Amino acid sequence: MRLIINGEAQNICANTLSELLRLMDYEGEWLATAVNGELVHREDRADHALDENDRIEILTPMQGG
Amino acid sequence: MLTLYGAEIASRLLLGTARYPSPAILTEAVQRSQTAIVTVSLRRETAGGRNGGAFFDMIRSLGVRVLPNTAGCHGVSEAVLTAKMAREVFQTSWIKLEVIGNHDTLQPDVFGLVEAARILSGEGFEVFPYTTDDLVVAERLLEAGCKVLMPWCAPIGSAAGPLNLSALRAMRAHFPEVPLIVDAGIGRPSHAATVMELGFDAVLLNTAVAGAGDPVSMAEAFARAVAAGHQAFGAGMLEPREMAVPSTPVIGRAVFA
Repeated sequence: MRLIINGEAQNICANTLSELLRLMDYEGEWLATAVNGELVHREDRADHALDENDRIEILTPMQGG
Repeated sequence: MLTLYGAEIASRLLLGTARYPSPAILTEAVQRSQTAIVTVSLRRETAGGRNGGAFFDMIRSLGVRVLPNTAGCHGVSEAVLTAKMAREVFQTSWIKLEVIGNHDTLQPDVFGLVEAARILSGEGFEVFPYTTDDLVVAERLLEAGCKVLMPWCAPIGSAAGPLNLSALRAMRAHFPEVPLIVDAGIGRPSHAATVMELGFDAVLLNTAVAGAGDPVSMAEAFARAVAAGHQAFGAGMLEPREMAVPSTPVIGRAVFA
């Protein structure tokens, strides 16, 4: 399935957002996720089905001013 | 004591966490500054979240409040989504709201800022808006639900110091009850002292410390300058005058001729 992950097109077969994170080796409590411009809460990732061409953002804490 | 959205804050210096030579120097600078609030950001990461995780753990170990920002956002929807994602990660409703309008000056898009502030306030966020020194914009931000204002004093990272003292003075006079934090443009401790002497409640800075030759020592210098400026404002300063006024009494002086 073609997904746009953090701005890059990738072919990954994942049915849900939590499955995608697992396949991509993302881990930890400090991730924030959004699909197609909408926040997906941590507790909703397992139920959030992914579709072809979904735009997924995965953000983590970073230095900032 | 400084009160921001009901929270009592022990320090009037807020520090950013970017651009330090190393995490160890950042940690030491935060400790030496005795700041109670640090700003952080959110970014895309490819290392499975592990870099962000390490940074997150370090920030939590500092024992200070976190003020996440929406740095780099150029539109309302982008800023609102980033704020929501920050709340998810940092478990705080505080957000330093940046909606950048100009690439060269990093000047806020004040129209987008007000709109984003209204949306976020409606969703329970406690918004710290990075704004200009414009009184009308400030008024709109307060109407949008902001209870703190963070005007720039010069462009971000410029180290130019307060470019428009009259505007900052007017802002203080117009909003005597609103916590005002100067955000962006501070380069030297004397700049920080100057705005604190005007009666501003706090100063937020990053590059002036992180980019200093000795960031840890500079963090302490800023802490002292902020405290001195605040104390001086409270103590009441003399107004400048045109003519000399002798500080030593004239009465009783010796006459030798």
